[in-house]
Amino acid sequence: MLNFHKSDQAPLVSLNNAGIRRNGRWLVRGVEFSIRRGEIVTLIGPNGSGKSTTAKAAIGVLKPDEGWVEKMPGLKVGYVPQKLAIDWTLPLTVERLMTLTGPLKGREIEEALQSTGIAHLARAEVQHLSGGEFQRALLARAIARKPDLLVLDEPVQGVDFSGEIALYDLIKSIRNRTGCGILLISHDLHVVMAETDTVICLNGHVCCRGTPQVVSQSPEYLKLFGSRAAKSLAVYSHDHDHTHLPDGRVLHTDGSITEHCHPDDGHHHGDHAHGDAHEHVHGPDCGCGYKSRLQGYDTKENGRV
Amino acid sequence: MFDDFFTRALIAGIGLAITVGPLGCFVIWRRMAYFGDTMAHSALLGVALSLLLDLNLMLSVFIVAAAVSLLLLLLQKRGALSTDALLGILSHSALSIGLVMVAFMTWVRIDLVGFLFGDILAVSEADIDLVWGGGILVLAAIVYLWRPLLASTVNPELAEAEGLQPERARLYFMLLMALVIAIAMKIVGILLITSLLIIPAATARRFATSPEIMAVLASVIGALAVTGGLFGSLHFDTPSGPSIVVAAMGLFVLSLLPFGRNRQAETAIHSTHGGHH
Repeated sequence: MLNFHKSDQAPLVSLNNAGIRRNGRWLVRGVEFSIRRGEIVTLIGPNGSGKSTTAKAAIGVLKPDEGWVEKMPGLKVGYVPQKLAIDWTLPLTVERLMTLTGPLKGREIEEALQSTGIAHLARAEVQHLSGGEFQRALLARAIARKPDLLVLDEPVQGVDFSGEIALYDLIKSIRNRTGCGILLISHDLHVVMAETDTVICLNGHVCCRGTPQVVSQSPEYLKLFGSRAAKSLAVYSHDHDHTHLPDGRVLHTDGSITEHCHPDDGHHHGDHAHGDAHEHVHGPDCGCGYKSRLQGYDTKENGRV
Repeated sequence: MFDDFFTRALIAGIGLAITVGPLGCFVIWRRMAYFGDTMAHSALLGVALSLLLDLNLMLSVFIVAAAVSLLLLLLQKRGALSTDALLGILSHSALSIGLVMVAFMTWVRIDLVGFLFGDILAVSEADIDLVWGGGILVLAAIVYLWRPLLASTVNPELAEAEGLQPERARLYFMLLMALVIAIAMKIVGILLITSLLIIPAATARRFATSPEIMAVLASVIGALAVTGGLFGSLHFDTPSGPSIVVAAMGLFVLSLLPFGRNRQAETAIHSTHGGHH
């Protein structure tokens, strides 16, 4: 395998203190991260935490109202949006879907469909596909154009557990083969793709970030997931020291309550200048809690696995 | 060459049908039927303004239709009312303001029915030039804009992320609609323009296997409807605009007959399940 992790490489895209505001409300604020070639960054967080908004800001669909986004000149993006409803009145086969945003050679289409395992569906109308087949078709479309950056917004939605593992394996092999950077949005708060280099947990801001714990090294998880799944999945343990209250305020570990959890809110974040927020990992002194929400997810999680 | 009024009507009508086919496909793919109606209704305001200010009729209709669609974009961005309600307000306001203005202008006599339902049998050779000239312009623009238009119909964010410009494509699309309405007004009339956009495209859906085929089929079916409608109107002595729409509807009903449906159902089964077994 090639070594893609060259630190001297310029990032494909980097967000610098980026914030998006809609109708007088910050959807997400103070987001800092960058993606390099060959790197996989996974965004997690509860519904409405700004994951899709952040991804859209990264690829230039949304312009940040605060901070800035830097893209490598000539960056080629492959995008799988979270929701895509194709009207029945539009006759569109899988094959035609592939060349939606740019021309491709017949061989490139075939290869992409082959690698996502839906070559036999090339002539099927997209409206007739099942949820999992449609996700694969969208993924095939995104990779066929050989992008520098692949942005996948919940690519495993509507896919069953073994299909999820197969898709993660596929994403991994795409990264290994093409060396593209990948921004992945996960619907799961705890289980992420094992190959993820950085996990960023969002809830209106970056709550915490880190690397996932590889499951295949832990016998308990091996038992829980099964050996095949354990190679593809990893567990991310959150490290928060603040709680998001139901009314949107934030309870910090020192007992104080603030309106938001943002450098500008006057809490201890205030001493960080925007510039060095890049190194700002939400450590024990940061107050962005969300454990109460996590507990809700834990029960769901246990039910599923 | 075209000294016979019926031949002129036929040539102008077919030219118009070929032009609106692909545009009509986008109207139904994007669920903009009511939007087309609104732009068409605003044409009467254009007529009134052209009489009042002594402007060229087509130019005036084009400007008003384009202005109404831009106004809609602005109101949509404010997001106070649903698009549905906004369209209802704009559509009937523009139509009514036009009617009121015409009523005030006691010094002009205008054939209101002609504007509302069209008067295809009165097309001149100059009109034919306009229909075909404008039609070629519209079709060339559609071909040029095809990829960004289609991609942003599927998903504007996807189109934007992958380097196409959906906002620009949308703007051009609205200008093309305004142009087509200005051209079509004389032939099928303000109240029936949308039907010529939608019905042939909806008929084409049954037989189309790709967006491109559907666009071409919509043009062909529209041309058939115009031909059938005009001959019917001559034979039964009925108004030409409504006759064309009735013919289009007849073709649509034909496309619903079981033979079409069975074939489609079979292909669907083959394409989705054939591969699994």
